[in-house]
Amino acid sequence: MNGQTVTKPAKQIILDGLWYDNAIFRQILGICSTLAVTNNVLNTLVMCISLSLVTALSGMTVSALRNWTPRSVRMMVQTLIIAFFVIIVDILLRAYWPEMSRNLGPYVGLIITNCIVMGRCEAFAGTNRPWPSFLDGLFSGLGYSVVLLAIAAFRELLGMGTILGFAMPYFSTHWDKWIIMVMPPGGFFVLAMVLWLCRSVEIKRKS
Amino acid sequence: MPTAGNFSSEIWLAVVTCFAAVFTQNILLSYFLGMCSFVSVSKEVKTAAGLGLAVVVVITATSILNWMAYWWVLVPLGLEFYRFILFIIIIAAFVQLLEMVIDRYSPALYLALGIFLPLITVNCAVLGSVLWMVIRNYSFVVSVGFGLGSGLGWMMAIVAMAGIRQRLDESKIPAGLRGPGITLIIAGIMALAFIGFTGVLQ
Repeated sequence: MNGQTVTKPAKQIILDGLWYDNAIFRQILGICSTLAVTNNVLNTLVMCISLSLVTALSGMTVSALRNWTPRSVRMMVQTLIIAFFVIIVDILLRAYWPEMSRNLGPYVGLIITNCIVMGRCEAFAGTNRPWPSFLDGLFSGLGYSVVLLAIAAFRELLGMGTILGFAMPYFSTHWDKWIIMVMPPGGFFVLAMVLWLCRSVEIKRKS
Repeated sequence: MPTAGNFSSEIWLAVVTCFAAVFTQNILLSYFLGMCSFVSVSKEVKTAAGLGLAVVVVITATSILNWMAYWWVLVPLGLEFYRFILFIIIIAAFVQLLEMVIDRYSPALYLALGIFLPLITVNCAVLGSVLWMVIRNYSFVVSVGFGLGSGLGWMMAIVAMAGIRQRLDESKIPAGLRGPGITLIIAGIMALAFIGFTGVLQ
């Protein structure tokens, strides 16, 4: 590590995280651990908050330790730092919201192998100061959360007629519920539609 | 420590669990685990089969190792909350070891599988199936069946996807849907087909 820093204004970090380098539709990263719980907005919200916090905090920690971490073992160090924060999230959830912890099953633990967390640590935190790394992690996480929450809202609304468990006016009464939306195939289809939409917008913007 | 009673009933339960992990609860198509490499490495049947084979070996072996580590070390010591760190270290170490062993004894196999091995450490399907195994309190024999089934199910899905994608090369697909988009739609249709297996097992 040479300790050299890449300066990038905070505003640019935020915009990159939310749109230009959005983890989902630009890079197709990290869908594994969260897509499975997007049949329910509440579960998705908890997963997304956990993921954003883990990304931000582990980015900050990796960055703070960057000058003391030998290059050869940095992957291992990053994994341990990430696992440390995931364990904290898991313990907090189990202590204060055991029901949610049971609903999420193994997916909280799977944040460790979420490519976004490791990707941001490797691509940004390794060469930047702690505070920009924190921002970068947080807003990459938020950019990811926005997409997943949109997916979850669609799936829960069309599949169950509710959002966050509250019955929606038209969908809970007159709507013929698309049960397939809350089943696994629905997740694949809705994500594909979101990708299609975002990529088409991007193609148009470039031409 | 979870056990299922006598040995023959455990073997039967392991076979049923293995079948379920391949068909009714496919790790990829119903739990969305291992999506990253599924989307990026499913362009060619040969490479997909190589990666799939490596995943089968790693999931089965790490299920065994992690079962022993969890039930024989962590649970007696009351340190269950350390499981994430322990599992990921065991998986990473096993993959590293496997890479060295294959490189040493079978250069041909190393050429075929070698490039995929580092990818497997961060494949969520491996950690995911280990975590399911612990959450569902599987006994040792059943865990082996579950690990094998998860691996085979993942391999089957990625090989089938690669076969379909090779055929798609010449078809006209809207620009925005090319690549990952169409892959996900096909995966959705595959998942739809696999729902047909629901109810085969009680």
